[in-house]
Amino acid sequence: MSILELSVKELRKKITNKEISVPEVVKAQLAHIEKTNPLYNAYHDINKNALLRAETVQKEIEAGTLDSAFAGVPVAVKDNICTTEMTTTCGSKMLTGFHSPYNATVVKRLQKAGAVIMGKANMDEFAMGSTSETCYYGAVKNPWNPEHVSGGSSGGSAVAVASYGAFASLGSDTGGSIRQPAAYCNMTGVKPTYGSVSRFGLVAYGSSLDQIGPIAHNIEDAAAMLAIISGYDDQDSTSLKQGPFDFNDCLKEDLEGKKIGIPVNYLGEGIDPEIKAAIYEAAKKLSELGAECEEFILPMVDYAVPAYYIIASAEASSNLSRFDGIKYGYHPKKFTDLEDLYLTARSEGFGMEVKRRIMLGTFALSSGYYDAYYQKALKVKALIKQAFDGAFAKYDTILSPVAPTVAPKLGESLNNLLQMYLSDIYTVSVNLAGIPAVSLPCGFNKENLPIGMQFLGQALSEKTLVQLAYAYQSITEHHHKKPQLEVL
Amino acid sequence: MAEYYSDRSKYDVVIGLEVHVEMSTKTKIFCGCSTAFGAEPNTQTCPVCTGMPGVLPVLNEQVVQNAIAAGLATNCEITQNCKFDRKNYFYPDLPKAFQTSQLYLPICRNGWVEINGDNGKKKVRIHQIHMEEDAGKLSHHDNTGETFIDYNRCGVPLMEIVSEPDMTSATEACAYMEALAAIMSYLGVSDCKLEEGSMRGDINVSIKPKGSSVLGTRTETKNLNSFKAITRAIEWEIDRQIDLLENGEKVVQETRRWDDEKGIGYTMRSKENAHDYRYFPEPDLAPMHISDEWIAEVKAKIPELPQQKQARYLNEWQLSEYDAGMIVRSKALALFCEETVALCNEPKEVVNFLMGDGLRLLNENCLDAKDMPFAPKQLSDLVSLVVKGSINKTTAKAVFEKIFRENIDPIEYVKANNLEMVSDEEELVQMVADVIAANPKSVADYKGGKKAALGFLVGQIMRATKGRANAARVNELIREMLQD
Amino acid sequence: MNIDAKMVDYVAELAKLRLSEEEKLRMGEDLNNILVYMDILNELDTENVQAMTHVFDVNNVFRADEIKASYPREEILKNALAVEDGCFVVPKTVE
Ligand SMILES: [Mg+2]
Ligand SMILES: [Zn+2]
Repeated sequence: MSILELSVKELRKKITNKEISVPEVVKAQLAHIEKTNPLYNAYHDINKNALLRAETVQKEIEAGTLDSAFAGVPVAVKDNICTTEMTTTCGSKMLTGFHSPYNATVVKRLQKAGAVIMGKANMDEFAMGSTSETCYYGAVKNPWNPEHVSGGSSGGSAVAVASYGAFASLGSDTGGSIRQPAAYCNMTGVKPTYGSVSRFGLVAYGSSLDQIGPIAHNIEDAAAMLAIISGYDDQDSTSLKQGPFDFNDCLKEDLEGKKIGIPVNYLGEGIDPEIKAAIYEAAKKLSELGAECEEFILPMVDYAVPAYYIIASAEASSNLSRFDGIKYGYHPKKFTDLEDLYLTARSEGFGMEVKRRIMLGTFALSSGYYDAYYQKALKVKALIKQAFDGAFAKYDTILSPVAPTVAPKLGESLNNLLQMYLSDIYTVSVNLAGIPAVSLPCGFNKENLPIGMQFLGQALSEKTLVQLAYAYQSITEHHHKKPQLEVL
Repeated sequence: MAEYYSDRSKYDVVIGLEVHVEMSTKTKIFCGCSTAFGAEPNTQTCPVCTGMPGVLPVLNEQVVQNAIAAGLATNCEITQNCKFDRKNYFYPDLPKAFQTSQLYLPICRNGWVEINGDNGKKKVRIHQIHMEEDAGKLSHHDNTGETFIDYNRCGVPLMEIVSEPDMTSATEACAYMEALAAIMSYLGVSDCKLEEGSMRGDINVSIKPKGSSVLGTRTETKNLNSFKAITRAIEWEIDRQIDLLENGEKVVQETRRWDDEKGIGYTMRSKENAHDYRYFPEPDLAPMHISDEWIAEVKAKIPELPQQKQARYLNEWQLSEYDAGMIVRSKALALFCEETVALCNEPKEVVNFLMGDGLRLLNENCLDAKDMPFAPKQLSDLVSLVVKGSINKTTAKAVFEKIFRENIDPIEYVKANNLEMVSDEEELVQMVADVIAANPKSVADYKGGKKAALGFLVGQIMRATKGRANAARVNELIREMLQD
Repeated sequence: MNIDAKMVDYVAELAKLRLSEEEKLRMGEDLNNILVYMDILNELDTENVQAMTHVFDVNNVFRADEIKASYPREEILKNALAVEDGCFVVPKTVE
């Protein structure tokens, strides 16, 4: 087995025991990426300083000044998270060649912990999409079957890890963008409670919904990464005043007394029967661990997607207005005057899906429609939060599918807009309510494509969710299954 | 009464003001960059205030504190649950393409300030005060067809103070601006320097047939930064609107600009859609909750304001309303005045010096009252010399100028230069006796009925003493001596 | 809600997007489909519901009025369209 297939925890043990050095790991990692990236397109920009950085980290480890769960661990960072090294393009022509003058808070924290950032992971343009096909730099392909999509928008982040191009990665989740690609690629991903991870340096899509989170091979690695990046940041006013998560005492195999609610209205019409079966199978496993599973009806389910698209698009229309061709990003070669510069830069710099959401959001905020759309959506958001509060009064977690289908074939989804939006049905309400969720593998369909499930919890219940995932993964093998990579 | 170009007798003028006041905080509203005026372009900027991708704002607490103080000082209600909104529009001075401002829940509402109106004292109501960020500075280069952008000013905290349409003339509009400027500088929340752009006004003007209760269509003229410009722009706009109506045309609701060099207003070339600002609550900033305790705390720190001072000067110092009003216009001047009066207890004399030669000299030397080049003690000593009769008015004026220009000590200076008045009776009697003896012809003339001869005799003594003799007493003594 | 061609033009102008005639047609169609679907929200009576702008009750997040070093000007300007005399440069704005 290649060292690149180790878990973060196993790799750390080898580094600590001096069985392998950080530069050796990073060299192997770079060589592997060089082979896999043309196949899967996980990375947009590779860190030229990775080896240099590996040497520094190795010295610090040897000097005893660096000891963390990620010291010397190669990671990938989604391309909407600002880094001074490498470009930050958000998968868009609009930010081709953009070098941020500052590092995102999460990047600073990872670097302080000794992680080695290998590169910037491709994504749907400005995180708008569910397949990573709207990426200006080409679609990301699924290592389980390169004819299928990786999921999105953090497709590159999921595939970087799934194709052994990094040991863990950072994604961002506005409406499912960590959880759904994790599910499509047999990864474990966490969408943390809104405000528990700093957004400073995350190029905003829907500011009230965006959260950065980890993607890894298993929950233990993901939790370790979350522990590093979480905690209050005085540069993010929506950051919650609390320290970083500490998951050390919740890596337990026992689920005695845990109450799990399964929303039957998530498992009705529209869901792939194989996924439905996998969810019930998982429920059985969880019961074996001592948990009590019960079906219930989660109200408001049908209203989440429209409310989500209005709020996210409205905020995006404002957040993306700063891209005007003047200060950074794509500069048109020819323009006649200021107005023409604006129009040319934005029309040539943005792709169609981004334009569509900007248009939708602009409309939803425009004079005469604000109350009917934006204000209405904010009220529905309140009702959705209430629905979850009701559920969590009864259950420690909600067990739900991540997506109604497994990863579709490339090119299939973009044809039907509404169907694409509707595929977010199980994920977006989590963002509206600001609550955490863990997405993890729970089986495969007959074509050997991964199936994911997710645990949803009330605000700041990350430890409970990690415990559930840990217990489940301790008695199941899905997350250990490996794709047949064409190059390994 | 001023002469107007148009016949105003048939119309009522209605004016409202939106005043932007730049706060004098050390740092910008959402980042730690300095707000100091006059730095090299773009040297006081960071990713936050230049709207780089991924940045987030963090609110400067002093900004909220200042806004609460401003609201309390202008009799506003404080909105205890308030938040910021985004105002979206494209313009190169606005790097995020939205201004973080307040629309739905502005921090202060329903206040008023008192001004001296055209028909006596009146209250101008304040609709609201909200917090927002300033934009960058654009400079246009006609020769190259380029505009240069400097974001140093971008993110400097502003208060926008919106009045009700309660003013009826340019004079009232200026009085209102001055009243606001005085209050804000007393509070220390802004230095209100119009010439540095730290106070700017947008004027809303409409006219209606005299006595009508239906408001006419209003226009808004933006960004006026001197009292002169405000006055001229208002007068010009009133004339323009009356002209339109008199010629059977209509006033169009629009945003206008004022060219102070050419002395003309003009329509801003803007698309009609430019005003759909798509305001929505700023998701990146937490809402504010302003507690009763916080309000009480700010209130306790509010200093005596110009209006209260003026009233006190009228009562305690018996100043005229005009003098009191002039002194309180400048906080520095009022404080200087108070310190001096505390030393000599002669408010009227102190005010006479400060308002007369004091203001003149400050003006001539382009100084502000806060840069007064001498201490209250020096002025109080001078006033004491005058009150005691030690020096006469002419000397006093000259000494004051010396104090101002050369920072001399008045008591020492008067002594060293022998400027004290001769009031010693014995000395005066001797001088009168001498002058009578030396001028027999004039004495004879006086006795013969030529009263003018008296003046000549007094003049002789004044000349001999270089004006320091107590002229009134000399006069009396000569008459007494020549009577027998 | 029905988005007509005029509305597409209006929104595109606000958003500073230039769309080809073909794109306009498609955009209008897409927006209409999406908005028809969104009408489902009108099933909900939200008369007495408070609009939720912030999901958690975090308030009064402030920083002290203390100066932090600004960035080197080159860093701020390095991605710009055009730079002269330490300024961003754009075609002359007209009012
Ligand atoms: Mg304003
Ligand atoms: Zn700044």
